[in-house]
Amino acid sequence: MTELLDQDVAARVLARALANGGRFAEVFAERRQGQSLAIDEQRIESVQSGAEEGAGVRVVEGNTTYFAHVDGLDPADLERAADEAAAALRGDRREPQPLQARATTPLPIERRPEDVPAAQKAEMLRELDERGRAKGAEIAQFTASYLEARRQVTVANSDGLFSGDDRTRVRIGAQTVARRNGTVETGAETLGAHRGYELLEDDPGQIAEQAATKALTLLDAVPAPSGSMPVVVGGGFGGVLFHEMTGHGLEADHIQKGASVYVDKLGDRVAEPLLNAYDDGRLPGEWGSDAIDDEGQPTQKTQVIEGGRLTSYLYDHLTAERAGVASTGNGRRESFRHLPIPRMTNTYIAPGDATPAEMIAEVEKGFYAVSFGGGQVDPATGDFVFGVSEGYLIEGGKVTSPCRGATLIGNCLDALAAIDAVGDDFFMKTGICGKGGQKVPVGTGQGHVRVRAMTVGGTER
Amino acid sequence: MTELSAVAHRAVEAATGAGASDAEAYVSRESGREVRVHGGEVESLTAAVQSGVGIRAWVGHRVGYAYGTDLSETGVAAIAAGAAEAAAVADEDEFASPPQPAEFEALPGLGDPSIAEWEASRVAELAIAVERTALDSDPRLVAVEAAIYADADEQVAIASSTGVAGEYETSSCYAYLQALAEGEGARESGLGFGLARGPRGLDPEAIGAEGARRAMEMIGAGKPASRSCPVVLDETVAASFVGLIGGGLGARAVQRGRSPLAGRLEEEVASEAFALHDDGRAPEGPDSAPFDAEGVPRRRTALIEGGRLRAYLYDAYTANREGGASTGNAARQGYRSLPSVSASNLIVAPGDRSLEQLLAAAGDGVYVTDVAGLHSGVNPVTGVFSVGASGRMIRDGALAEPVREFTIAGELVAMLGAVSAAGAESRWVPFGGSVSTPPLLIAEMAISGS
Repeated sequence: MTELLDQDVAARVLARALANGGRFAEVFAERRQGQSLAIDEQRIESVQSGAEEGAGVRVVEGNTTYFAHVDGLDPADLERAADEAAAALRGDRREPQPLQARATTPLPIERRPEDVPAAQKAEMLRELDERGRAKGAEIAQFTASYLEARRQVTVANSDGLFSGDDRTRVRIGAQTVARRNGTVETGAETLGAHRGYELLEDDPGQIAEQAATKALTLLDAVPAPSGSMPVVVGGGFGGVLFHEMTGHGLEADHIQKGASVYVDKLGDRVAEPLLNAYDDGRLPGEWGSDAIDDEGQPTQKTQVIEGGRLTSYLYDHLTAERAGVASTGNGRRESFRHLPIPRMTNTYIAPGDATPAEMIAEVEKGFYAVSFGGGQVDPATGDFVFGVSEGYLIEGGKVTSPCRGATLIGNCLDALAAIDAVGDDFFMKTGICGKGGQKVPVGTGQGHVRVRAMTVGGTER
Repeated sequence: MTELSAVAHRAVEAATGAGASDAEAYVSRESGREVRVHGGEVESLTAAVQSGVGIRAWVGHRVGYAYGTDLSETGVAAIAAGAAEAAAVADEDEFASPPQPAEFEALPGLGDPSIAEWEASRVAELAIAVERTALDSDPRLVAVEAAIYADADEQVAIASSTGVAGEYETSSCYAYLQALAEGEGARESGLGFGLARGPRGLDPEAIGAEGARRAMEMIGAGKPASRSCPVVLDETVAASFVGLIGGGLGARAVQRGRSPLAGRLEEEVASEAFALHDDGRAPEGPDSAPFDAEGVPRRRTALIEGGRLRAYLYDAYTANREGGASTGNAARQGYRSLPSVSASNLIVAPGDRSLEQLLAAAGDGVYVTDVAGLHSGVNPVTGVFSVGASGRMIRDGALAEPVREFTIAGELVAMLGAVSAAGAESRWVPFGGSVSTPPLLIAEMAISGS
């Protein structure tokens, strides 16, 4: 793998960063390249490409982190960043440990997307458009987008770490609008991975059909119910429920500031014994996977809930140091312009032994949330909310009418404890997670999951 | 000519040299810093300079875009070639053509020298004062998760092959905190914030006190009963909804039938109590500039007046589609993004009622002070929404016990029709864009709780 910066240059930059003291210094160099295009009104548009490179240097002393970032990777740019980061320190020079290159194996990419002609990507979007529109005359609008992004990173720190990674992600999305008389509904679907163009060699057009089917189904929707009731959550992106409800609250920065409902809960029973959950940055090809995190720590599989008991928080370098434990490889950052913070990678509830059909059959009156548009949590209070993008009523153990405009709302600890069945139909989906102004790709997953009682916020009494 | 403008002109030449029939370059340079404090100490101090160029190339009626951070001559040439190549992939669009130059009036007052004058240690003191004010306010205020100060000074230059040329400099800063209060066996959080063009315009005590007050007011919150009732939206919540309305007024969404306000021009879409305009030159507006992201002069556009929809917002492309003129509403997320139509500063006309009078008029209802899940709980195409909310009950026309873990649901245009009064005091809020709004009384809204 090509390193973005020479080991000698990295050593010099680190020495300069510690010129005025500091317990820890790090340089993170990055090259970002990408291409994207879209189809709208059956026309290929918004064709764009970009290339950025730069580096961020941080120095840590006491409880304070000094951080500077610059565009460009010339040694002079990096030294400028090091000087800037060190400027506020007033101590004596410290020598960094000699760098030792650590070999890493980036996730394999079979077909580099930048080697695929843009015209072929445009053709793929045209196929999506045709497949989506072919689902019915009521499909009034269809848009789709393609995105590829490559991030080459090199990280070196004053503890002697010198490592790198080369990450390529590809993602497509389809959005539809269906119209019948005065009724308008929308549907969306995505497909993404930490893989190359091979991701799209199978059958990318199916997401167009899925998005169209969602919108068409909703044309027959009734207003969502309101009130507390049993909720069955669909597999895959349903895992965003766990991501918001528990994952964020386990990020060690929230824990150490007392801003999480999971403070002092390690070892405690927080869920039924049937629940096992993980954060795993090593899942092959998954959207949230990387070989190393953005601090050079190899990613790992961390069990966060075992048999209903809370077993681990998620740490980056600084929070692990503070807690006296090892980093769990969750130090991630959006780019060289951001400081790393504890973030999830691929977070999921492990498959259980119930079938989705059984879980639904046991519900007399409830709600079936197949997929979400997204969610949000305040880790400090545990209050969360999810927008349902595809939902149905459950009546007499059967899935009946589709519903529009439903939101699920509740509190983390209550809702986690109320999960009473986990399905065997596990799969993963892609998400973009925002925290502290930084967006990173994350995977979410689960089989079907049932929550004994949850508040559904709709307009129907 | 400044260095930035020189880069822009060079980029335009490189793109036309690479085969573009027309080209436009947008160059920005931003220097900024951020201070995060926790427990009376600086947790992190970030200093940064970033710059880049975005080049839009037209080859006939095909458009392509490329951006990058390498502003050297070879770097810019590579980006320009990328933009021309991208254009070859796009389909023909007869309305895609470069904006023509127009005179713009300078807009003084966008920069504040206090950003440059205040050293890092002084703005760190400001953030520490924000945190301390909250912590000292009440024993129940147990922690501040983060108190943050950030500022940025941005220079922008634009040039095109049709003769568009301009530059400006703007500065902005903000501070906020997330305060945590404890009581009755639960933790509550509260946000306090302030915005200005420079640190001297911020009031750290007011920001800290707001976060503390919001957190403490929520202690003991329960769930309200599900029902339909009058709702008062505070300025921060009203701003989030107004931002969504602004999104639905952008001509791109309207022309493509993806807005609840499409096809409603001159129709009644709101009550007379709700008037809205967009003003890209508002002196206090965080998003103000002399020209928009494609060099078209910014201006004021009346959007909703007398309850009727008066206009949509246009950039050059959407204006071409209707044979009209751009309203100066092209926007970008920096040099990385193609310009697209978006509201600038959205301003809701203040009414004449104090908050107390709004609450009195509501009588029996809910005062909503926070909403969550807007990105997933609102369908921007249909306007249907259901979002998480928290706030206070209104009983006998006055604030009563706190409530949380409920949703408010409805449809955006119907909600505008149900605005029965606007408050007299407006505030600039950075949620959902850049919005100035007073609190709003909504005659009826669906609440879903227990």
